[in-house]
Amino acid sequence: MKGWMGRFRALFLLSSLALVLSGCGKPYLSALQPKGEGADMIYDLMMLSVIIMAFVFLVVMIIYTIVIVRFRQKKGQEDFVPKQVEGNHLLETVWTVIPIILLLILAVPTVQYTFALADTTPETEDGEPVEDALWIDVTGNQYWWHFDYRDLEIQTSQDLYIPTDRRVYIKLSSNDVIHSFWVPSISGKMDTNPGKNENEMFIHAYEEGVFWGHCAEFCGPSHSLMDFRVVAVSPGEFDEWVADMQAVDPEAVPENPVAAEGKDLFQENSCLACHAIGSSPAAVGPNVTSFGDRSKIAGILPYDKEHLVSWILDPEQHKPGNLMTGKYPMPSKEDAEKIAEYLMSLQPSDIGPDDAEDGEYIQPKPKEETEAEGDEAEEDTNEE
Amino acid sequence: MSTATVGKRSFGAVVWDYLTTVDHKKIAILYLVAGGFFFLLGGLEAMLIRLQLMAPDSELIGAQFYNELFTMHGTTMIFLAAMPLLFALMNAIMPLQIGARDVAFPFINALGFWLFLFGGLLLNCSWFLGGAPDAGWTAYAPLSVISPGHGVDFYALGLQISGFGTLMGGINFIVTIITMRAPGMTYMRMPLFTWSTFVASILILFAFPALTVGLFLLTFDRLFGANFFVPDMGGNEIIWEHLFWIFGHPEVYILILPAFGVFSEVFSTFSKKRLFGYSSMVFATVLIAFLGFMVWAHHMFTVGMGPIANSIFAIATMAIAVPTGIKIFNWLLTMWGGSIRMTTAMLYAVSFIPTFTLGGITGVMLASAAADYQYHDSYFVVAHFHYVIVGGVVFGILGGLTYWWPLMFGKMLNEKLGKWTFWLFFTGFHLTFFIQHFLGLMGMPRRYWKFLEGQGLETGNLISTVGAFLMAIATFILLYNVIITTVKGKKSPADPWDGRTLEWSLPNPTPFYNFKQLPLVRGLDPLWVEKTQGNGKMIPAEPLDDIHMPNNSFLPFTISLGLFIAAFGFMYRVDAGFPAYVAIGVGLAITLGSMLIRSVKDDLGYHIHKEDLEKEGAGE
Repeated sequence: MKGWMGRFRALFLLSSLALVLSGCGKPYLSALQPKGEGADMIYDLMMLSVIIMAFVFLVVMIIYTIVIVRFRQKKGQEDFVPKQVEGNHLLETVWTVIPIILLLILAVPTVQYTFALADTTPETEDGEPVEDALWIDVTGNQYWWHFDYRDLEIQTSQDLYIPTDRRVYIKLSSNDVIHSFWVPSISGKMDTNPGKNENEMFIHAYEEGVFWGHCAEFCGPSHSLMDFRVVAVSPGEFDEWVADMQAVDPEAVPENPVAAEGKDLFQENSCLACHAIGSSPAAVGPNVTSFGDRSKIAGILPYDKEHLVSWILDPEQHKPGNLMTGKYPMPSKEDAEKIAEYLMSLQPSDIGPDDAEDGEYIQPKPKEETEAEGDEAEEDTNEE
Repeated sequence: MSTATVGKRSFGAVVWDYLTTVDHKKIAILYLVAGGFFFLLGGLEAMLIRLQLMAPDSELIGAQFYNELFTMHGTTMIFLAAMPLLFALMNAIMPLQIGARDVAFPFINALGFWLFLFGGLLLNCSWFLGGAPDAGWTAYAPLSVISPGHGVDFYALGLQISGFGTLMGGINFIVTIITMRAPGMTYMRMPLFTWSTFVASILILFAFPALTVGLFLLTFDRLFGANFFVPDMGGNEIIWEHLFWIFGHPEVYILILPAFGVFSEVFSTFSKKRLFGYSSMVFATVLIAFLGFMVWAHHMFTVGMGPIANSIFAIATMAIAVPTGIKIFNWLLTMWGGSIRMTTAMLYAVSFIPTFTLGGITGVMLASAAADYQYHDSYFVVAHFHYVIVGGVVFGILGGLTYWWPLMFGKMLNEKLGKWTFWLFFTGFHLTFFIQHFLGLMGMPRRYWKFLEGQGLETGNLISTVGAFLMAIATFILLYNVIITTVKGKKSPADPWDGRTLEWSLPNPTPFYNFKQLPLVRGLDPLWVEKTQGNGKMIPAEPLDDIHMPNNSFLPFTISLGLFIAAFGFMYRVDAGFPAYVAIGVGLAITLGSMLIRSVKDDLGYHIHKEDLEKEGAGE
């Protein structure tokens, strides 16, 4: 897929430019430190255009400097009248033709990559269609993200778990206004449009890690707070996570008595009307099945009980214009703490954001074995 | 009538004169004052934006107010500052450059101004009436349709009214240039500023109707329950984006081409050379305008148009770099071998070259559709379009004003203060926007009310804010310069820069009828031709005779005022009920009544008699 440009990569890396750029920003957020297929391809294209354009800029600046230094009016020569030149056909042809050639050099890979990035037909390297490709339906909402793992009966919000060994195909749509799905370190962005204008793209993380995602299309007061995370884990860990998420019992009563009380309060305060637990089609508000494993609260706040309680009591303070404010009977602070206790106990899987960052790579199990063993799959990872 | 013939007059008389004037030179001053006011307002909004983004997780400004600020900053700067300021230059200079006594339709010229002003005022009334528009200057549906309150209504109606004005201005300039050139002023002898005015006006003629349609649909969606952009009801939100950018992209060239024109004049004058490659410059201008209509969807690469459309628009966009490059090299070669005088105006022109080259470079980078998936809607784009619009258009306006100030006001701006303004503005500009390229690539999307800690964006944003302060200081020095020059400045000579084009052949102050006798144009840079081949004065192309002049009129003001009043009625129709219908009725009655008077009442103008012209210092 990388084509002829990949070979020039070493050359780019040699240039100090690339070195300087790769120092820019944070590795989990910067488009200049690509960690995925799309971001990688775009980075190559970016560098190609930067090199071509740096050449153009250099030429302009050399002529410019000569002009400014040499042709200033000198003292005592105020009456000097320069020759009135009409033009020069040769020069004019040169600076028309050379830019055209330079643009063609950029245009070819641009078209090639534009088509490559738009390819959402799952295929193996031999061109065979992939039957069990992982498709995720991504829905943008003011101001949170919903992820529905097609055919797997798994729904999550805010944290998107993906395996690192393959492309993950996503379909993008929106429930209200236009948003844009952007994880700079993994891939470029794509808009989520309401209505029929659905989009598709693929994301493919090369490395494990927790990558930051932003909403990139202005969508209202809390546009800048519509963050999410992509948790890229090794394929073995991902399989385990899938198995765990599929085995969730939404009715399970937590062992901790405070949390158990919180569960009742969660129902009494009609939280459940919007926030589903388990794979429920209702997605009015973020799905909280694996809330205990979230990397952030509401995508932005540090993950701890204090912030969760503060969020429950006053979401408006944290995300202006959100659709939760005023939609539920306000619990007392004690009740909010109990609800928080319950939510934070929702950890159906042992796989969490930490597993993406521990550097441990677990191979997927061979196919037949996984299907046969089912739920037992979790054992092998924990004991290592 | 003009400052030339009348000495001290009462304040009221001056105000009434400006309210009713149809003289292109006075309308230019009106555009300048109104555009300058909105420029300061947009600048204030920009400063608040930068203050909010100075530190991470800042709570200085609320989210809603921030969204209103950046929406109004963009809308104000494009529609109410940059365009009117360019219109000021076009009005003041273009008729003089082609040797005309006024524009083709002086009445419509005045009407265009008053429509723009009332549209702009309507838009800004929103600040005091429950909040300004908050859906971005691009007002993407469905966010703009569901936005609560009347903010976006003000946007739709305000821009609609001021858009009528712009459209009229554009048509007027086209007709003027086609029909009113002095004898000998062929198309290929027109100065580049006139050429760019001509081409930009054609762009206005074809681009603004798309905006008009878009705004009408938006108005119907918001005020009358239509569903053009509401997907749940069978509408399609993407149509707005297409309509907006079919207007929006040519709009960029409507702004930048006149700035190119200004620089062409400035380079040529202050290098004492004719413009290098004049015909290729004209060709490049026309080509940019033509291609400018075929690239609008490069603003929409991430919308999901598919790889075929994206590739086509990517390549079309790249193609624009070629004529732009031709221009850059022609300017460089204009200076090559010249005798360069670094006046303030020339400083703006000279600094424009590297600045705009950078803006062009990022433009080509953005054109690369696949790569745009990273750049799009990030601070990289913010940096790019500020490099083009500030580094191109605003530098052009500031340079052009400094250059033509003696012609417009009879006095020269202080060069020393002008250079202070330039250096502070130039430094502040690069400090503010260069770093934003990197902020974007580091993962900062645009239109972010706040950025959170832990993303490595703190330093860059702080630098950016510091730069913005330098630009603010520069603007204050400019303002001081204007005031001190107006109050204390001495009368400047008629041709202070050793000019080359027709406008510099006029005495200071310019008579209200411009040319006593229409001049005979004998080549490109007509005044330069006379300076080198004649006696330095234009040869008259006609014997001295009566001059036909238009009468002043108050009707342009009332036509615009009526629409302004009616707009409030339409907006508050639902909440206010009867009084709103009264406003609609009264407003439309004023507008239509004024139009009726204009149609029915013969206004044949008047003549300045030959004898009076002879008395008035016939020496020229």
